[in-house]
Amino acid sequence: MDSRTEEFLAYVQGGGQVEATDWLPDDYRQRLLKFVEMHANSELMGVLPEREWILKAPTLQRKLALTAKVQDEVGHAQLIYRVAEDLGKPREEMFADLLSGKAKFHNVFHYPTVSWGDVGVIAWLVDAAAIVSQKALLKCSYAPYARIMKKICWEESFHILHGRDVILALVTGTEAQRELVQEALLRWWGPLMQFHGNPIPRDEDPMWVWRIKSQGNEEARQQFLEGYVPQILELGLEIPDPKLRRRDDGVWEYTEPDWDELRSVVTGHGPRSQERLAFRARFLEQERWVRDTVLTA
Amino acid sequence: MRESLLLDLADDELVLGWRDSEWTGIAPTLEEDVAFSSIAQNEIGHARALYELAARELGTDADALAFDRAPDEYRCAPLVELHLLDWARTIARRYLYEEADRVRISALAASGDTELAGLAAKIDREETYHRLHAELWAGRLRGEPRFRAAVAELWPYALGVLEPELRPELAARVGLEPAPAVERGAHTPALAELWETMTEVRRSAPGAQW
Amino acid sequence: MIFEVFRQERKGQPFQHAGSVVAPDAAFADAWAREQYGRRGESEALWLVPRESIHQVTEWADEFDLKYRRVDGYSIKERLRVARELAARPR
Repeated sequence: MDSRTEEFLAYVQGGGQVEATDWLPDDYRQRLLKFVEMHANSELMGVLPEREWILKAPTLQRKLALTAKVQDEVGHAQLIYRVAEDLGKPREEMFADLLSGKAKFHNVFHYPTVSWGDVGVIAWLVDAAAIVSQKALLKCSYAPYARIMKKICWEESFHILHGRDVILALVTGTEAQRELVQEALLRWWGPLMQFHGNPIPRDEDPMWVWRIKSQGNEEARQQFLEGYVPQILELGLEIPDPKLRRRDDGVWEYTEPDWDELRSVVTGHGPRSQERLAFRARFLEQERWVRDTVLTA
Repeated sequence: MRESLLLDLADDELVLGWRDSEWTGIAPTLEEDVAFSSIAQNEIGHARALYELAARELGTDADALAFDRAPDEYRCAPLVELHLLDWARTIARRYLYEEADRVRISALAASGDTELAGLAAKIDREETYHRLHAELWAGRLRGEPRFRAAVAELWPYALGVLEPELRPELAARVGLEPAPAVERGAHTPALAELWETMTEVRRSAPGAQW
Repeated sequence: MIFEVFRQERKGQPFQHAGSVVAPDAAFADAWAREQYGRRGESEALWLVPRESIHQVTEWADEFDLKYRRVDGYSIKERLRVARELAARPR
């Protein structure tokens, strides 16, 4: 490592932050861009499973709340793509890489949504898992990214409350409604446990070394379990992992997540990966004329 | 027939809001997506306020009016039902609807019904943004053949949003010749399809809380 | 074009940089920034500025001692102690 990079490393490891106009080591810039791009892609693709339920929302209040939530996700995509654009990658190129499979998006958005129970579970637990990671990014060494995380975290706080409210309405409703939640939880637990990634030690994770992430994968997963397992169990819901338990030292034990499934899904082999990419491609193509002819200044 | 008028308006806003919410996630740019979604939410909000007024008189609640009627009981104008998931026709509808709505709201604000006039004024203030947005886009798309074709196609439907006596004013505002209107009263097949999707979850547990 | 967005949270407060929107002109930037930065009524006002209008200043010559221009360049404790002592003595 050359001395300039060593200085940079010491600086970020000491809590220092950098801006878009600062010198960045190549490795830092490349890893950062890939990470930010995947985050942006995830917000964009995450819209699709939820979007269909906007149209099926069973009350005016839920329709408004869900539309607002999904609107926030699109807004987050905009904020995050802007960060990536300012790191040098054009938006259209990122869309092209997303659609070709060259760039990835998070596992949870490759799965189907089956019922209104999924709507609650996603808003409550998937957003909760995401917010654990997002809160850690508030301290990102790359300041433009850290700054947008503040707005993102603030907006996500309503999502989780909305999600929990949906769940509570269902579990205090009819037997069939309660069953919607339980059934959704059974399907989503696996992907949720995979969400934070495999538990590589922090010091071996370049994202931690560069202080792009301020926590390791396992730390994030533990935070999620600590915060949300009690909330799930207090509703009398069953979590489909017989090994899940909290040790006396506060560490959560669980069945090893299926890392093969995770790898397969994020490389585009999830149950809805191709369908959703095709849907997005369809509308990007259909309105290309708007961007090309109407929106060029 | 105040309830009928309220339901005409509420059903228009509900169904158009539902159609506009179809764009969430797939609008031409991310920035536009966020903005357009606000418009859809505003429309649903307007529908809710109007349903609440009507619900008081009919002894029911807003959600029951919005979701629990059969398709042919809705009073919306055909314009808002049409499935127009392409941008030129979507903007054409937004533009024409906002112009029609402006005429309609002015008439309501001037009516003797102070409660409805008050709500109309509130709606109008929020629609300032909708008009700004529609005019911005209509201006940008003015030279596009597919936009002009869309406006021509939807014009008879737009006229149907208004009572006959208000139609000349709309024609003057948008600079189009009066034409036979596609009247309120008969629904297109699009409404029944929309209704199926819109009420699917609610019908799965009638009377349940959500 | 990229428009930088500055947000004022409440009247009297400074405008702070909040992000940016990509728009073909100021009219679209207005329509879009309003919703991205104000749909919750969270902003009192916005300033939208084309990125190319922003001139950034980051380099400073830091050669000589400039502490005389700052509060931390002054230590009056000792002199003040002596002055108080002198003032307390009978004349």
